[in-house]
Amino acid sequence: MTATDRSAGLAGRASARPASPRPVHSGRAARTRRKWYEIIALTGPAAIVFTLFVLTPIVFAIYYSLYKWSGYGWPTEFRGLDNYIGPYGAFRDPIFLDGLRNNGIVIVGSLVIQGPLAIAIALLLNRRFRGRAVFRLLVFIPYVLAEVTVGIMWQLILQPSGTVDALLTDAGLGHLITGWLANLNVVLWTMLFILTWKYTGFALILFLAGLANIPDELTEAAAIDGASWWQIQRHITLPLLGPTIRIWMFLSMIGSLQLFDVVWVASTPAVRSLGASNTMATYMVDHGFNQREWGYGNAVAVILFVISFLAALLFQRFVLRRDIEGAQTRRAR
Amino acid sequence: MKMRRRYGAFVALVATATLVASGCSSSSNDSGSESAGDLFKNPVTLNWWHNANQAGPLRTHWEKVANDFHNLHPTVTIKITAVETNDLQRNRLPAALLSGNPPDVFQAWGGGEMVDQVKSDYLKDITAQTKSEVASIGAAASIWSVDGKQYGLPFGFGIEGFWYNKDLFTKAGITAPPTSLDELNAAVTKLKAINVTPIALGAGDKWPAGHWWYNFAVRECSADALKNASTKQNFDDPCFVKAGEDVKTFIGTTPFQPNFLATSGQTGAGSSAGLVANGKAAMELMGAWNGGVMQTLTPNQKEPTFLGWFPFPKVPGAGGSQDTQMGGGDGFSCSKKAPPECVEFLKYIVSPDVEKAFAATGSGIPTVKGAEAGLSDPVLQTIAKATQDAGGVQLWLDTSFGANAGTAMNDAIIAIFANKGTPEGVVTALKKATAR
Repeated sequence: MTATDRSAGLAGRASARPASPRPVHSGRAARTRRKWYEIIALTGPAAIVFTLFVLTPIVFAIYYSLYKWSGYGWPTEFRGLDNYIGPYGAFRDPIFLDGLRNNGIVIVGSLVIQGPLAIAIALLLNRRFRGRAVFRLLVFIPYVLAEVTVGIMWQLILQPSGTVDALLTDAGLGHLITGWLANLNVVLWTMLFILTWKYTGFALILFLAGLANIPDELTEAAAIDGASWWQIQRHITLPLLGPTIRIWMFLSMIGSLQLFDVVWVASTPAVRSLGASNTMATYMVDHGFNQREWGYGNAVAVILFVISFLAALLFQRFVLRRDIEGAQTRRAR
Repeated sequence: MKMRRRYGAFVALVATATLVASGCSSSSNDSGSESAGDLFKNPVTLNWWHNANQAGPLRTHWEKVANDFHNLHPTVTIKITAVETNDLQRNRLPAALLSGNPPDVFQAWGGGEMVDQVKSDYLKDITAQTKSEVASIGAAASIWSVDGKQYGLPFGFGIEGFWYNKDLFTKAGITAPPTSLDELNAAVTKLKAINVTPIALGAGDKWPAGHWWYNFAVRECSADALKNASTKQNFDDPCFVKAGEDVKTFIGTTPFQPNFLATSGQTGAGSSAGLVANGKAAMELMGAWNGGVMQTLTPNQKEPTFLGWFPFPKVPGAGGSQDTQMGGGDGFSCSKKAPPECVEFLKYIVSPDVEKAFAATGSGIPTVKGAEAGLSDPVLQTIAKATQDAGGVQLWLDTSFGANAGTAMNDAIIAIFANKGTPEGVVTALKKATAR
């Protein structure tokens, strides 16, 4: 159906062309037409899927977000922007704002802790030594585990009188024991610790790949010129690793904004609803489904989408641009 | 199996309303429906969604019920889908109902949620066909009715109370189960003296903490105040603040295990049910399904023999009923479009023999008269008797108020438990909740 519409439109455009005053080489017109067929054939399926499963849901989410809707029957109670900025809207709900703040803390925390940690380990693992493969594997394993598995695992390790508490007691640090998942002032930092444990391996693999792309000649030349290992890392390796680091920052940031599974599994509904560990995504599901505020849940989804979208745009515009341009010029040649 | 709390409405007041003359006998062909002649003539498939998703006696029971019904009426084939309660209730059912292709028979908990489903015209009115069943079930059936019309039948119904460890009570020198709040406080002190966590609380799931508030509200509030809250969303009676103050005072005696905000209600040995089942805590306030939950949390997969049960104690000086109890049940409804055979299946599920077999699974207390003879578990026998003796049964307040207000209320109650909220906060949250 859609394909027919498209080719009809195309035929219309193609037949309109000869009407232009300049005589057209038939070969060139055919080539143009073929080019368009190719574009449609190659992008069509993806475009249809994208429209159906990405664009349409976004439009629907925006539509639903303007209603008070329990999920039974179609939405009928129009509320305008109340779900966003009304007296009971998201931006007036302290628990949603807590979630927004928690997302912010996770973004900054991930960048500040995982980045330097992974770079340090990558530089270390980039040197040749016995057992390097084993070490790489060990750091990467947490990333391979499913989020839900990780959440349950840490929930068990961190439970009262669990492994962590026992280790601390044995080490004479028993006074440090707290409700890792219950103390409202601690639980977000516990989440950040779990995320660091899990995602440092991902950053590491990216950085190792980036390091492998740095030609040995450069470091060798520097070494011949008398540069120390530290100088080589500081002035050659790190600058050349820049594009990889920036891409990782982007992925980490978007991942942190959409953070859901680990928090959902490892922290209880009570702790989330008190604003201690919730993120925008867990808040959305807690309200949209569990509290049956479907219209409101959609409003939160739209807010989350807009924030992620803006963050992605700004980051691409100001940070990633030179990396992407470089890639394009290289391909053009 | 997890038969979770979630049931219907205010039973005490409507007890008499449903005792209508029962003209037709239960198993004969349906008298009111115009399609009565076609019943069991054409082959039909009934899609049945229930919440017994974990292997256990109840799931086996439902499989047998489906097979037996098919053998009885070969034209009816039953296809079972078992989904975990929360997922079933919050995600799967609403989506299926909305899609216009819902299951024919599905679990229903009554109360505010059923009112919403009826408003959207999703449920089959079964009033005419189920008069005798409703009469046999009695007051509890009204929880599955809206405006005097019946939309579902409960197969299990019971009140909530304290599941306690008799051995630990004896060890602490507690001679009889507490009957008043003062006695409960004394028991807490004695249990602390022998270094036992007096009460396990699955506050991580929110609703187990909420139930403490509900029970105090029943003790503090008059029947009228509770009815106005359920039906008119009127929470102005000062008794609701009083209930919160009672909870706050009680929390002040530190009767619960530490870090209860991270303790779940039913999952794993570290959950509140697990703590009691494994002798780590002396008691837990929980619904009639708790024995079934505890079975799955002990090393030998059996309900501990040390378990006893007593109802929520009287609160001296409180203005509400002292012998009304908090409770609820599980039932099934037919979707609007389901074939008439569906209603026959509902009636079969609550027929005395099937209910007796349900009672024998130890998963709950049957609803129809005579079926309680099937109960073999001594704790369930105690609860069944206490349910009959109760001055009235108030449906779980969160179910009664509906998902929206119910969750907002639980959030505000949990804030009291976390020392972040106030008794007034619960009332404020309830008043605000209907706005989104």
